[in-house]
Amino acid sequence: MIAAIRLFGRLMMIAIRSQMQYRNAFLLMVLGTFLTSMVQAIGIWALFDRFGNLGVWSVAHVAFLYGTINIVFATVDITARGFDTFGSSLIRTGQFDRVLVRPASPVILVAAREVALHKLGQLLQGILVLIYAFVTLDIDWTIGRIALYVFAVSSMYAFFYAIQIVRATMSFWTIETLEILNTISHGGMETAQYPMSIYKESFTNFFTYVVPLACVAYFPMVGVLNMPDPLGSTLLTQSLAPLAGYVFFAVCLSFWIFGMKRYQSTGS
Amino acid sequence: MPSLTTALLRSYTAVVAARFRLLLQYRAAALAGVATQIFWGCIKLMVLGAFYAAAVTTPPMTFTAIVAYVWLGQVLIGLLPWNHDPELQELFTSGGVAYELLRPLDLYWFWFARTLAFRTAPTLLRMVPGIIFATLILPLIGLPEWALPAPASMTHGLMFALSFTVTVMLSCAITILITISMFWLIEARGLSTFMYGVVPVFSGMIVPLPLFPDWMQPFLQYQPFRGLCDVPFRIYSGDIPLSMAGQEIAFQFVWVVILILFGYGLIARARVRLVVQGG
Repeated sequence: MIAAIRLFGRLMMIAIRSQMQYRNAFLLMVLGTFLTSMVQAIGIWALFDRFGNLGVWSVAHVAFLYGTINIVFATVDITARGFDTFGSSLIRTGQFDRVLVRPASPVILVAAREVALHKLGQLLQGILVLIYAFVTLDIDWTIGRIALYVFAVSSMYAFFYAIQIVRATMSFWTIETLEILNTISHGGMETAQYPMSIYKESFTNFFTYVVPLACVAYFPMVGVLNMPDPLGSTLLTQSLAPLAGYVFFAVCLSFWIFGMKRYQSTGS
Repeated sequence: MPSLTTALLRSYTAVVAARFRLLLQYRAAALAGVATQIFWGCIKLMVLGAFYAAAVTTPPMTFTAIVAYVWLGQVLIGLLPWNHDPELQELFTSGGVAYELLRPLDLYWFWFARTLAFRTAPTLLRMVPGIIFATLILPLIGLPEWALPAPASMTHGLMFALSFTVTVMLSCAITILITISMFWLIEARGLSTFMYGVVPVFSGMIVPLPLFPDWMQPFLQYQPFRGLCDVPFRIYSGDIPLSMAGQEIAFQFVWVVILILFGYGLIARARVRLVVQGG
């Protein structure tokens, strides 16, 4: 296990160094991801400025959700880049065969193959928004709330990482990377920026029971912020909900292992 | 002279047709794009619907106008000039631009034709399933209040068509400026990145422009990007009354003329001082 982590870190460092060879392009791309997520924040700000509060949710509450989810999402994108480009650069080219013969876990080799450092722009933007939320909201940070927040953030990370793994796994069959799962990853991020209670019931149910987005984001955050929940969760369910993120990760990882066993090279 | 004009026209249509055929090959990607746009449209409507439900003062637009604005935006998102034709980018980095200058065609209009194909071909391909979903399927699955309404009247529809034609020209005129910038920058990635932040906000794609704070309205009203979404979409829903529609379309058209003249002038200057890349 320790050897695996050391290998992971080492591969990551190599990927970072190779990215840094193109410094200007890199800085531009950082600016790009910063701007793209800034655009979303401007939209949210404009709506709150026009309409006042969204029920009991003020702009600072939504900023808390927005900042947290953007930080996690950017971190996943940075560290799961290898899975993101898996279909186009490893499967279609037949390069995955070479990965399989190496004496290390394919999951680690794929994960640490590339780093999407340009997502630092989105990360930074999320941090700025979260700082605004922290300053504006007067959250009573008890030990329990801190623990719940950390638990939720880690399970959110597992959740979004798992989607990247599923995306990559599907390319065992489709050879290409499927953009359609962007609706769940990027779309999920967009969805979770607002309280889940504003959406249609069928939509909320899908993002609770099929894809447990609400369990890793909305429910625990309601608990941390101590907000009333029209969906009827209690502090107990809010505290247990993030477990779903880990279960989801485990299911997705076994799907990956299943896919890898079925893998037939493209033969090129 | 007439023979020259027909020759020019024919070569432009040939470029446009070739581009269409090329892009139509990527049907699976287009289908995935459609699904994503529909999903996004639904999220936007739910978010805006929640704000409308919680509104304490009367919003400046009706919700029906919002629904039309959101769906037209989702269906026509490919028209937004936030990127540029990668084939033209390639010309600048490889030095192939020298061949472009040799063609017996006016460079600006030749690139305009290419840009027109680059912008409209994928959009046309994607808009059909999107419109079918927004007009027919949504009422069928019990969400008629989310369905794309018909234009406010026949006349509104005709004015929308007119305004939309100018929108396409406006989008091409902006896109081609990004291309022309490569005469100086060689690489337009930086400018594209910047446009990626600016265009969605100022066109109204992120949030309908009338919903922005009142103090921003005087500025928002006169900037060119408004002609990309806000003007045609609000003419469609009748949020811009017919009495104002002519004026608004004229506003779009003035920006098209300004931007085309600007681009034309830039190309003329660039030809004099061009350094061709490559070896």
